[in-house]
Amino acid sequence: MTELATALQNWEPVIGLEVHVQLATRSKAFAPSAILFGAPPNSLTDPVVLALPGTLPTFNKAALEMALRLGVATVSKIRAKSRFARKHYFYPDSPKGYQISQYDEPLCEEGVLDILLPEGGRKRVKLTRIHLEEDAGKSSHAGAFSLVDLNRAGAPLVEVVTAPELGSAEEAAEFMRALHRMVRYLGISEADMEKGQMRCDANVSLRRRGEDRLGTRAELKNINSFRFVQKAVEHEIARQARILDGGGTIVQETRLWDADRGASFSMRSKEEANDYRYLPDPDLPPLHVDGPLMMNVMRTMPELPMAKLDRFVRDYDLREPEARQLIEAPALADYFDAAIKAHGSDRAARTLAAWITTELGGALNRDGKSIEDSPVTPAHVAALVKLIDDGTISGKMAKTVFDEVYTTGTSPDAIVARDGLRQISDPVEIERIALEVMAANPKQVTAYRAGKDTLFGFFVGAVMKATGGKASPQVTSDVLRRLLS
Amino acid sequence: MIWSSVADQAHAVRTKAISAVELTRAYLERIAAKDGELGAYLAVDEAGAIAAATRVDECVARGEDPGPLAGVPVGLKDVFVTEGLATTAGSRILEGWIPPYDGTAVAQLRAAGAVILGKLNCDEFAMGSSNENSAYKLCRNPWDLTRTPGGSSGGSAAAVAAGLCSFSLGTDTGGSIRQPAAMCGVVGIKPTYGRVSRWGVVAYASSLDQVGPLTRSVADAALVLEAICGHDPRDATSVVEPAPLLASAPTAGVDGLTIGIPVEYGGDIDPEIAAAVQRAAAILREAGANVVEISLPHTKYALPAYYVIAPAEASSNLARYDGIRYGIRRGEGGLAEVYRATRGAGFGAEVKRRIMLGTYALRAGYYDAYYKKAQQVRALIKHDFEQAYATCDAILSPTTPTPAFALGATTTPYEMYLADVFTLACNLAGLPGASVPAASSSTGLPIGVQILGRPLDEATVLRVAGAIERAAGVMDLHPPFAGADRS
Repeated sequence: MTELATALQNWEPVIGLEVHVQLATRSKAFAPSAILFGAPPNSLTDPVVLALPGTLPTFNKAALEMALRLGVATVSKIRAKSRFARKHYFYPDSPKGYQISQYDEPLCEEGVLDILLPEGGRKRVKLTRIHLEEDAGKSSHAGAFSLVDLNRAGAPLVEVVTAPELGSAEEAAEFMRALHRMVRYLGISEADMEKGQMRCDANVSLRRRGEDRLGTRAELKNINSFRFVQKAVEHEIARQARILDGGGTIVQETRLWDADRGASFSMRSKEEANDYRYLPDPDLPPLHVDGPLMMNVMRTMPELPMAKLDRFVRDYDLREPEARQLIEAPALADYFDAAIKAHGSDRAARTLAAWITTELGGALNRDGKSIEDSPVTPAHVAALVKLIDDGTISGKMAKTVFDEVYTTGTSPDAIVARDGLRQISDPVEIERIALEVMAANPKQVTAYRAGKDTLFGFFVGAVMKATGGKASPQVTSDVLRRLLS
Repeated sequence: MIWSSVADQAHAVRTKAISAVELTRAYLERIAAKDGELGAYLAVDEAGAIAAATRVDECVARGEDPGPLAGVPVGLKDVFVTEGLATTAGSRILEGWIPPYDGTAVAQLRAAGAVILGKLNCDEFAMGSSNENSAYKLCRNPWDLTRTPGGSSGGSAAAVAAGLCSFSLGTDTGGSIRQPAAMCGVVGIKPTYGRVSRWGVVAYASSLDQVGPLTRSVADAALVLEAICGHDPRDATSVVEPAPLLASAPTAGVDGLTIGIPVEYGGDIDPEIAAAVQRAAAILREAGANVVEISLPHTKYALPAYYVIAPAEASSNLARYDGIRYGIRRGEGGLAEVYRATRGAGFGAEVKRRIMLGTYALRAGYYDAYYKKAQQVRALIKHDFEQAYATCDAILSPTTPTPAFALGATTTPYEMYLADVFTLACNLAGLPGASVPAASSSTGLPIGVQILGRPLDEATVLRVAGAIERAAGVMDLHPPFAGADRS
């Protein structure tokens, strides 16, 4: 039994997450500079970002609308009047000496987000709050010097804080996936964790199974991928269990997750924690959310992931795992919907889903492409499935056709017409070929008739070979069964 | 033309009676001759001023209108951010910083044709009431060189009084325009909070800071205000109102206005100041105003509330001076040491005191007891004024408890804070307020009285100030130091 499994026998993990998501606005939260990943260091700055004397912040309303979309999607209570606050700390990547955030009057409170459980089913996770804030710059340390890049400084973020009710490292990772999916559906963030557009801190504590009281928590910082969320939390659960089992006590502290070493290190204790000296920002008036703005947000809400999942299962009779795969990215789900529309029949949904997730998904995955870059359009997939449905080509032929569509972007109908691809489904024609095959293989016929059933595939293969793969598998099978019996 | 009004100077330039360059040179010569003794300027931008004046003259020559302040030479308190011209806020910590941008008020002055002569002395980060907190040099009162010009816009008031600029801009967080204006015998107006953009003004206390002119007449103030007021999208606290039309206000009279005199503002003040207020009240009554007593019961809490709110905001606003991006940098061997040494060397004693006060007030667990309580008091003070303005149109009071006091005379910070006891409430309530010269003391020092108005009602403040100015008979007095040549 692994250390983690042993730990989990006695201890129940209680996990809360604080997730930062960068909003996809064109300019910064309180400054005119653009936001662009990978620009030369300190090229995306201006007097406000640099906190030059005399500069003032002005709020980018686009960030508000994006945050509201998340608030509505998570059924949060949205404050008609929220407020920005200054959170003070000295560090070179914080040019003003404070970060503009929200404190006691956040934009959203008491929301929920449903996560998909790996074993099936869902869990509704409570969100304590969602608030707006600005990002800090990026420090890198090189020997005796430190370098600061302020390109990211001032980028708008939402901080999503969950209640402490995630029960495992898997649930924590699933929460991240659910939030990632949600913000991409809402079109408010790319949420690319590799670009730091989504980052997570995890609060982890253990309590003895059966107890209600929460244990002392440690906060893990700097978790920057779905995989690391799970690893970091598992590592922390094991660490705390080891201490508790050894009769020790957990120290309330902030720990830094080091992904390279797969371990965490103490950053500061509770006593060393910063006093942020929160102050309502006197440079920024309260943030008002009025009726027309809310109406606009509501009116433009897209279908959300869980609704889409339900619809795919209910209306298209998809199996849950396949439906989950399809809703993972909004573009993929849209692709699937478009394919069904192009096909015209809901009954083809499962076949379409299979083609999209298996053949297309496999090819894109192999080439490192996303669905947006797919050379195969939803109409192509629909046409291909139609050609199979009406018996024009066999499934086997379709795979060959698909490969060409994928490589050249030519439509399936054009390929079929050009190559004269048409499966042979005339039973008379197939019977003629089958009789030829039987005549050429008298021993196998005798053996089959004597009870060697496994030879049936040999005859199907031989007919296929004789027709260049064009014989209808169904018709071939029917004809052979009749002739050989 | 040195002592001519802003309007007359601009008119003379526009009609080519004098060139902007000539006018500018006249002031530059006076600065060169007299400011060594006075200490009003921290930096004189001779080349920039001549270049700007030349552009105005070229504009006139082309038959174009250079604007309402055509060629009028102005001095700016050194908290105004000026592109290409050093801006220190009177602090060592910003020594050597050359801003890459102009603040809004500065840009508006330039657009109106004004010529910027240089940057004026002030208390460090506008914290002080005597200009003695300037990190660079002493500024003296032109009426008596042993006395303070007041503060924090001491250089702005002294320069106007001494004829070293036609008018100046200052900032007022708790009285920093009105108090030095009173002590130097000039007109100073703090407009309604949000009237003039704070973009490009080095922040002291963001919820209280406001820009305003210091001038030799109420009419000048009206003209300058028209040029610098107005909504600015770069300042989120800027009032969404067009600039008010104020030109006719100073001469509009006070007939039918009701003027309130707060009963609470009697107290511990110089009898000559009390007499000046009484005289101003009599002038207004004479001019047709109805003078009544009003009550501002929470006014006694203005000083403590101010000294929680302003330092709290200052401690936050001054966090950016860390030695990393601009200004001086001191210290070796680590970040904490750079912060400690830079801020230790860069800030003066009063600034450090207010940073510490503010930091203390904002500590976790103390917020409710200090900052929040002070904001509640602020709301009560604001309510006092709302009640008062139900029965009066403007409020008349002393500007300062005493005329200009001697340099070096004030020994404790608290004693210094009392110099602003009449001016603070106006900032806490965000109201417009002015100080206008109303009398001379027996020792020949100027005495100003304060007029407060309703939010956005600068016009009424100017009407009342204009009426007092016309009748008080001190308008044409100039300090002997200035050598009041009428050229």
